[in-house]
Amino acid sequence: MDSVIKSLSDAIYYNLIREQRYMQFIQGLGISLQLTLYAAILGTVIGLFLALAKLGRIKWLEGLATLYVDVIRGTPAVVQLVLIYYAILGSSNLPKIVVASVAFGINSGAYVCELIRAGILAVDRGQMEAARSLGFSYSHSMIYIIIPQAIKNILPALANEFIVLLKETAIAGYIALDDLTRAGNIVRGRTFDAYTPFIVVALIYLYITTMLTWLLNKLEGRLRESD
Amino acid sequence: MIEVVDLHKYFGKLQVLKGVNTNIKKQEVVCVIGASGSGKSTFLRCLNLLEEPTSGEIIIDGIPLVEQRKDINRLRQKVGMVFQQFNLFPHMTVMENITLAPMKLKGMSKTEAYETARDLLNKVGLPDKDNEYPNRLSGGQKQRVAIARALAMDPEVMLFDEPTSALDPEMVGEVLNVMKQLANEGMTMVVVTHEMGFAKEVGDRIMFMDEGIIYEEGTPQELFNNPRRERTKEFLGKVL
Repeated sequence: MDSVIKSLSDAIYYNLIREQRYMQFIQGLGISLQLTLYAAILGTVIGLFLALAKLGRIKWLEGLATLYVDVIRGTPAVVQLVLIYYAILGSSNLPKIVVASVAFGINSGAYVCELIRAGILAVDRGQMEAARSLGFSYSHSMIYIIIPQAIKNILPALANEFIVLLKETAIAGYIALDDLTRAGNIVRGRTFDAYTPFIVVALIYLYITTMLTWLLNKLEGRLRESD
Repeated sequence: MIEVVDLHKYFGKLQVLKGVNTNIKKQEVVCVIGASGSGKSTFLRCLNLLEEPTSGEIIIDGIPLVEQRKDINRLRQKVGMVFQQFNLFPHMTVMENITLAPMKLKGMSKTEAYETARDLLNKVGLPDKDNEYPNRLSGGQKQRVAIARALAMDPEVMLFDEPTSALDPEMVGEVLNVMKQLANEGMTMVVVTHEMGFAKEVGDRIMFMDEGIIYEEGTPQELFNNPRRERTKEFLGKVL
């Protein structure tokens, strides 16, 4: 029993306390959260434009958006990240967090596009007809009638996408960005303990995603109430 | 007011309208009857171009189809429409439903739009429902709000697409009464309906559609009491 407690306290000491290693995790978490936030914002903007392009009636724009979504969804995120880092943005002196945010934003945009599209298509067809029959143009019907209703469908799915995105950013270490996962890796490199740092990392991710899921459920409840 | 010449409509390969010709005069109330699939709803929806005619001509207020297409939104402001499924905007109150279009499209001030809306709500018998959301209303109330919403644009014609078909029987009357009142005030109306009693009482002209054409038409007297053609007799035999 003593030896178990001893080895546990040793593990905590070496992996968290010594050389202030807990700071690695905290800074890593900061990077992960920042990255998720920026990528989520960019992804939402890209996704909105893609969805409108796909729903609109301009054929070549629709084709372009479809191609974008297919390529992004059909290739691994880590490959996209590395390609964007080396081929596109690596040549400039942009900070890695910016490069990674752009890469994850581009990736997330494809998924957000489908969420928004589905949310808009879920609004009853009669709503558009009623708006058009009053004399509203297509775009005004969208703005005043369709999108406000679609947001209700979209918000929960969008929040869920951001939770997924947070975990996706765990591959940011591929371009040597010191996010939470890479913090675990760095500490492991110093302590030669494979378990403890990654258990800590896992617990932190779990804590954050659980909190976000709890918030999401509250949001869904509020949206349902107003029905 | 509305002149329809040789109107054809295909959905893909399916021909729904096979040459509809008619003339709807100002202040006339035309009731369109017929079995489902006879093309009566499609005909109505062509009149405000919710369905694009495949061929033929529709002249509204002297304006031919080609010209209407250029300014389709303006045309629709003059042609009000009421749907079977009401299609009220669920995220807006009754008041907002009614005032949105006049404010955004006609540049009406909020005070003016709200005043007009109150008058219209009085007219359809719902003076105290202005702050309700549609999902708190009964079917009959919803449809009356939908009529008020269409009237708020001060249209020259009102199109009704089976306005009572989605209602519980006890609510049909309240909607028909509003429509009756509207007809008495001289509104030009085209009503697709299964309510033969209403058609008989309020209609100036009954149009019986069958297989994509106007098979027979006439005054309610002529059509209901002395139908001349075989399929009209058959249809009326089933519904009356």
